[in-house]
Amino acid sequence: MLAAVGNAFLAFLAAVGRLAEFAGKALSHCFRPPFYFRQLGRQMIDIGFYSLPVVGLTTAFSGMVMALQSYTGFSRFSAEGAVATVVVISITRELAPVLAGLMVAGRIGASMAAEIGTMRVTEQIDALTTLSTNPFKYLVVPRIISGLIMLPLLVLVGDVIGIFGGYVVGVYKLGFNPGSYLQSTFDYLEFMDVFSGLVKAAAFGFIISLMGCYHGYNSKRGAQGVGIATTNAVVSASILILIFNYIITELFFSV
Amino acid sequence: MSKKSTPKIELKNVKKAFGKNKVLQGVDLDVAKGESMVIIGGSGSGKSVTLKCILGLIQPDSGSILVDSQEITKMSSKQKEKINSKFGMLFQGGALFDSLTVWENISFGLRATSNINKDDAYSLAVDKLKAVGLKDHVAKLFPSELSGGMQKRVALARAIAAEPEIIFFDEPTTGLDPIMADVINDLIVKCVKDLGATAVSITHDMASVRKIADKVAMIYDGKIIWNGTIKKMENSGNQYVDQFIHGRATGPIEMVA
Ligand SMILES: Nc1ncnc2c1ncn2[C@@H]1O[C@H](COP(=O)(O)OP(=O)(O)OP(=O)(O)O)[C@@H](O)[C@H]1O
Ligand SMILES: [Mg+2]
Repeated sequence: MLAAVGNAFLAFLAAVGRLAEFAGKALSHCFRPPFYFRQLGRQMIDIGFYSLPVVGLTTAFSGMVMALQSYTGFSRFSAEGAVATVVVISITRELAPVLAGLMVAGRIGASMAAEIGTMRVTEQIDALTTLSTNPFKYLVVPRIISGLIMLPLLVLVGDVIGIFGGYVVGVYKLGFNPGSYLQSTFDYLEFMDVFSGLVKAAAFGFIISLMGCYHGYNSKRGAQGVGIATTNAVVSASILILIFNYIITELFFSV
Repeated sequence: MSKKSTPKIELKNVKKAFGKNKVLQGVDLDVAKGESMVIIGGSGSGKSVTLKCILGLIQPDSGSILVDSQEITKMSSKQKEKINSKFGMLFQGGALFDSLTVWENISFGLRATSNINKDDAYSLAVDKLKAVGLKDHVAKLFPSELSGGMQKRVALARAIAAEPEIIFFDEPTTGLDPIMADVINDLIVKCVKDLGATAVSITHDMASVRKIADKVAMIYDGKIIWNGTIKKMENSGNQYVDQFIHGRATGPIEMVA
């Protein structure tokens, strides 16, 4: 029994070690030429542009439901005036980064793991090596950098859309005055609210790309191997996003 | 055969196991410069694994692999990258990049190592396509739009495009019709004769062996059990080789994996 727990713990440590080694290798290759700008561009469009609809939809509805929920909740102690502030703070700090992170993890993490995993099992990664191209630089680095850059941009757009969603519900359904709703949206908004959300987004983008690449790169043979890699990429990225969401919040706002 | 010069590729007691599956159990093999070596052996006997060990794609458990007298099993990844430019490899499954067009696939290695411009790379790719019997309109297609045999030939064109010193062909004629197979055999012979390349091929096709091989090595049970010139192969006096080259179901080799 004790031995089993011990073995499981050792296996866990080994897995963490392998992941850390992979991440370190990926980061160190980020700064050494050659750089594959075409691959980088392709990934940026894939992660940034094509995730816009899904991020826009989730943040819009989150802003809308936040307005509705806080209104019905706050009306119990006549604090309806705080609705706009609650919406903007929860969107920028929490909802936009976390929901965008989770949605992109499902969309992009899965497709990265599937694409790289397929390249692994069909020996395309081996072929890269024999054609004098480092697969880390060609496949992993563009994805990591794109994740780091595009997620904050997506979240910034998500912030705006989410606030707008709250505004629409606030003004057209709950009967707030448009001017005063916007006023209280921006009156209490602090730079740190938005900034912490963007830092989270960058961390989540890194996590998503790292997990997609890591699981794809180490995919076992066969279609089944790729399937497992895809699932693992999404599940591990989602869990890590939630864990790091807490850690980063703690770093920013404790005291 | 007398020892004339140091071999281009030299494997000494190379061992590799995947878990409990002991694939290579002490492979010894010398390939001389400018020679065409063919490795034969049953399915799953470790032929592809042997090539991947030489390419540094699989790290052997023990043993030594020398390429131009340089030990590659203990090289740093930097040094390996340098030595990789000497190799060209036709993978058994083709391993074409499916996100790139045919001509981008073929010119990939050249564009990675030199500053060749796009137009030159394209016309070079079309030349290589001609050499493997494909028309130039194929250049702009994606690998998924080609038949299996066409993919194989594009992969071959990619392997030889940068005119490497050492070329590995893993089953170059599998999946091709007999006439096209002969065209490919000629092409491999031409690579060795004209470019002075050192070639190691894997094939199950005995017609191909007889056409392209200077020397033949047979792998069985994780070891090279026989190797010699193509002339000696027919009268090797080795029961395993005899059974294999004549394709007999009965003999010392048991086909139960
Ligand atoms: N990456 C790997 N992981 C685990 N096992 C492997 C791996 N590569 C090869 N093997 C195993 O090694 C053995 C030899 O494989 P290899 O591909 O070298 O065979 P082969 O001689 O090329 O056969 P074929 O003629 O069918 O291509 C097989 O049992 C295979 O399952
Ligand atoms: Mg094979």
